[in-house]
Amino acid sequence: MDKKHPLEAMDREKFQELVVNKWKGSLSLTAAMMLAYFGFILVLAYAPRLLSVKIGEHMTLGIPIGIMVIVLAIVLTGIYVFWANSSYDRKVQEVLKSMRRK
Amino acid sequence: MDIVDTAIGQPSATSITFFLIFIIATLTITYYAAKKSKSASQFYAAGRGVTGMQNGLALSGDYMSAASFLGIAGLVSLRGFDGLIYSIGFLVGWPILMFLIAEPLRNLGKFTFVDVLAYRLSKRPIRIAASGGSLMTVFFYLIAQMVGAGTLIMMIFGMPYELAVVIVGMVMIMYVLFGGMIATTWVQIIKAVLLLSGGTIMVLLIMIHFGFSYGELFRQASMTYGDRVLEPGGLVASPLDAVSLGIALMFGTAGLPHILMRFYTVRDAKTARRSVFYATGFIGFFYILTFTIGFGAMVIVGQEAIAAMDSGGNMAAMLLAEATGGAVFLGFIAAVAFATILAVVAGLTLAGASTLSHDLYAGVFRFGRSTEKEEVKVARISTLSLGVMAIVLGLVFQGQNVAFMVGLAFAVAASANFPALVLSILWRNYSTFGACLSIVTGTVLAVGLIIISPTVWVEILNNPTAIFPLSNPAIISVAGAFAAGYIGSKLRPDPEASSRYEEQKVRNYLGVGAE
Repeated sequence: MDKKHPLEAMDREKFQELVVNKWKGSLSLTAAMMLAYFGFILVLAYAPRLLSVKIGEHMTLGIPIGIMVIVLAIVLTGIYVFWANSSYDRKVQEVLKSMRRK
Repeated sequence: MDIVDTAIGQPSATSITFFLIFIIATLTITYYAAKKSKSASQFYAAGRGVTGMQNGLALSGDYMSAASFLGIAGLVSLRGFDGLIYSIGFLVGWPILMFLIAEPLRNLGKFTFVDVLAYRLSKRPIRIAASGGSLMTVFFYLIAQMVGAGTLIMMIFGMPYELAVVIVGMVMIMYVLFGGMIATTWVQIIKAVLLLSGGTIMVLLIMIHFGFSYGELFRQASMTYGDRVLEPGGLVASPLDAVSLGIALMFGTAGLPHILMRFYTVRDAKTARRSVFYATGFIGFFYILTFTIGFGAMVIVGQEAIAAMDSGGNMAAMLLAEATGGAVFLGFIAAVAFATILAVVAGLTLAGASTLSHDLYAGVFRFGRSTEKEEVKVARISTLSLGVMAIVLGLVFQGQNVAFMVGLAFAVAASANFPALVLSILWRNYSTFGACLSIVTGTVLAVGLIIISPTVWVEILNNPTAIFPLSNPAIISVAGAFAAGYIGSKLRPDPEASSRYEEQKVRNYLGVGAE
């Protein structure tokens, strides 16, 4: 297979933009997940009383927050899939088209 | 009368029936899979024909071990809120795997994650180094699983430990040896469906008991055991320790060879992406189930009875199954636990065997010139050898405290495999020498530091004080691996590898030429 040929025909600017956008998205979501998780751990370590705060008679703040970190993990992956399937994949197709045209 | 009046620990007609149905069904699948599993692509990657939903279930099947089902439910039942901290740690690696690794992994590799590294780095040195990291991860995880398998099955079915280990090993070898990835995938899917539905039924039974109100569940729990079960209770020893364990769990998930291998069973990066989303959903749901099951067991069964059966609380879910659904439901959940154990060790063995045959035999020993037939043959020999080794290790480590080995497997995965993958995907000037140095540094630091850590040095080797203060080495070993990768690449650059980075990028982001 000739690997050089499609590379030369590619719309380089569009490709670079695609790569930059992909990592902007990926790294922001990674940062969000890390912030939530390590934030949770650090609160546990330094201020566990914050999570023992009563919200209702037999419920502490820690339980909904813990469940929220789990839900957040699912939601963030959902956001990524949604973004990748719509915006990212469309741009991939555009770049691929630019390679085929020439 | 005993504190605990239970049928757990005696093989019952129902548990054996359910178990036999599972074994017959999975071996039938293995029989049909064996007819198909002739080519390398079938044996390692199920012919890349697994759908997103199927792979999502299979990924969660590979990940949800009996230890996380029985262990976390038990931890919650005895310690309440603290058990939730573990669950969260085991889930947060999945988004990271998705954002950083999923697509490049699928687009650049063929059968194993080592393929991704060998894409532009010098093939033989990098395959040797990366296989080391991969095999170490599988090895530690496998020991933990085999010993856990023997102990749990002994407790649940009253079967001798040795017999339990041998049965698990033999059935698992049959799946992998004859059915390759096709059979292993279906075993994972069936197990995941059984575990998720069994857990859901149990939670429904709990909820009937409490009038479908979590408020009522927590009210009764805190009435009996005090508000402490709803609060963090000192499971987190020191902040640094907690962060270090967090790093191992978060980045280790993205470096587990048996998980990464599943990405090659789907058609393309888009399907891979979708399957991670399903897996994250299933696993997250599963941890919410185990949290509920733990609290349910605490109230319905009672902490005294749970601790009387097993001080670690491992039988909490079993006791709860019996209390809420009687002997039939107990038999069902017992069979589900057995299936869970079998599936996880099968996935690990297949990943280990693939590294031995695809990366080491075909890639290193035969310079990539072996035929497909030879490679699959070696994969089968490796499966058999690893399976026998797993049985022997299970027997050797009987009664030993191997709980730390799960943490160690995650630490090695996070230190050896994850940094190498990330750097090879993102950094043009990553060199072969840098990659090898990074993998070796990560592995040596992870293993070395855990030996001199409180978990091994004090608790197992009975020394008075630990040389290294943290229980999990990840904070040092992951940073060390990244640093070694950087320094190594600066010391000995690899112009050949750098020149192929553009080509790698095109395949990585556009999927052009992906297998």
